[in-house]
Amino acid sequence: MSRISDCFAQLRQQGRTALVPYVTAGDPEPSETVPLMHAMVTAGADIIELGVPFSDPMADGPVIQKATERALAHDVSLTDVLRMVTEFRQQDDATPVVLMGYLNPVEVMGYAKFAKAAAQAGVDGVLTVDLPPEEAGDVISAFRQTHLDPIFLLAPTTDDERTRTVANAAGGFVYYVSLKGVTGAANLDVQAVGEKVAHIRNLVDIPVGVGFGIKDAKTAAAVSRFADAVVVGSALVRQIEQHVNSMKQGRIEIGKLLGEMRQALDDVQSVEQVQHS
Amino acid sequence: MEHAKTETHSEDYALPDERGHFGPYGGMFVAETLMVPLQELRDAYQRYIQDADFQRELDLDLQNYVGRPSPLYLASRWSDEIGGARIYLKREDLNHTGAHKVNNTVGQALLAKRMGKTRIIAETGAGQHGVASATVAARLGLECVVYMGAEDIERQAQNVYRMKLLGATVVPVESGSRTLKDALNEAMRDWVTNVDNTFYIIGTVAGPHPYPAMVRDFQAVIGREARQQILAVSGRLPDALVACVGGGSNAIGLFYPFINDADVSMYGVEAAGNGLETGEHAAPLCAGRPGVLHGNRTYLMEDNNGQIQHTHSVSAGLDYPGVGPEHAWLKDSGRANYVAVTDAEALQGFHDLTRIEGIIPALESSHALAYAAKLAATMSPEQSLIVNLSGRGDKDMHTVAVREGIEV
Repeated sequence: MSRISDCFAQLRQQGRTALVPYVTAGDPEPSETVPLMHAMVTAGADIIELGVPFSDPMADGPVIQKATERALAHDVSLTDVLRMVTEFRQQDDATPVVLMGYLNPVEVMGYAKFAKAAAQAGVDGVLTVDLPPEEAGDVISAFRQTHLDPIFLLAPTTDDERTRTVANAAGGFVYYVSLKGVTGAANLDVQAVGEKVAHIRNLVDIPVGVGFGIKDAKTAAAVSRFADAVVVGSALVRQIEQHVNSMKQGRIEIGKLLGEMRQALDDVQSVEQVQHS
Repeated sequence: MEHAKTETHSEDYALPDERGHFGPYGGMFVAETLMVPLQELRDAYQRYIQDADFQRELDLDLQNYVGRPSPLYLASRWSDEIGGARIYLKREDLNHTGAHKVNNTVGQALLAKRMGKTRIIAETGAGQHGVASATVAARLGLECVVYMGAEDIERQAQNVYRMKLLGATVVPVESGSRTLKDALNEAMRDWVTNVDNTFYIIGTVAGPHPYPAMVRDFQAVIGREARQQILAVSGRLPDALVACVGGGSNAIGLFYPFINDADVSMYGVEAAGNGLETGEHAAPLCAGRPGVLHGNRTYLMEDNNGQIQHTHSVSAGLDYPGVGPEHAWLKDSGRANYVAVTDAEALQGFHDLTRIEGIIPALESSHALAYAAKLAATMSPEQSLIVNLSGRGDKDMHTVAVREGIEV
């Protein structure tokens, strides 16, 4: 079992939803990332999603674009990101780490070389946003060799046939993009997302995470009623943006926001347990 | 016979494959949200390209709105001065809106209308594709939003004004290098958000499948005409074709109908900027390596960590770190040759054609002219070559004047 499946199995037993924060590695500077990862775990994160900076983040909204630019100002490379995961693992061997980014840095490093290095560093899953399963054959075989979970997206536009294709290729969990748009977009229609996720569950037998557009504890709680994992990115990265020169405070704010979300998620769970008993 | 072998090989040319691959290049490297919309676009395109009504409407538009066929002009004084091969110019500069770009936007706009889309978006570098998109949108009464790098907006102010006159909204893109590649990122972000009512008109033979094939097919009218025209005037095929390559749409448009003519050599001319050795250029085929960007695998200008590099060219239309995947394949397969010409050489080509033939070419096309002059000089007067004069130079008056210290 991978760290990711272990994590979901354990949460399922407890009837809890995974809280998955995203930050861009190296934002606002490389030395801040590992302390921030630990702080997020302390605040209640179950899985960490770590963004690999890329010069052309086509699927990201302005908040994560700027985070990427701040990281790239320090020339943060894929190798640097793996080094950060290695450092994180010195103190935390339990929390799953998923890398999220774009294909080209992986392509340039080479699939096999990357898969080996990522597994050695302690990465558990990799989500390459611009790599649909149709193009992912070689990547998936390389990942399988070193037991990395290939994580894929599902979108509001995805039809049943593609959902099955994605489910066949995916490992760990699938990530449902809750709206048509880029990361950090507004106007999440929770009810519509709930209906779609319920439908996806008929076709997919691994956990379903939901992300894009989850800004606060209230939305996170609403989404947790039907999702196995709630992914929060731009709302946290905005805190980094506001504390570029005061990251000690930034970590506190991010911890506070995550703590509220954790509480809201667990409240939903205890209410439901009471209702079921 | 050596020829027979080559011909057999080239007659097999039927790329891309079903999922948009040209050998290892091309494909569909996009976020999940766009996969189904791209499949719908592919299906609609494959259906209408074979639809007689659609073809008739497209042909009429190309004839009466764009002004096709464009002439094939023998630049005899320039050819004499060089003293080598006869140089023919395919006059895409005479098209409505002043460049080859409109061949493609007319086609894609008709497709948008057939698909029931009410909103057009486009990216633009030099502004030619933005103008060509705004033009067809105005004509069909569609909303039009054009994304343009903030740096390009500064150096192509006149085209920005043209787009606004045509009723388009021009959105400055401030992210990344503030040029064409960032405009493409932003257009993709718009498309993923508004995919239900929006048609994204990509201006070059790059992007995810079906764009490279679709844009090629709309631009292939250039080569089809040129092939008939040169056979009519000289009774034989040309020895060489020369075209500039940024994304590569005018080049593929000229090359494609000759691809099975093994004796016709093809030269794609990239922007060497300040020189390939300086690193300040926009020549991924000559000095880059394969990677994945903007929905396809192709040659890119990238660093050792896979980050896309800044490009430089005097011509905004060539200032792009990638290139259409079919060019990547034609390079690797050896069917076409890719070379590069510096800013200074392109400017020389610009002045030569202006002074000797009375035709002011676009700076993009001037790269092709500069290489054609070198190539023609190595050939004999019995031989001929066709240069794609892909656009006119009106938009570049300011750039050339500033560069040469002249106040207009």
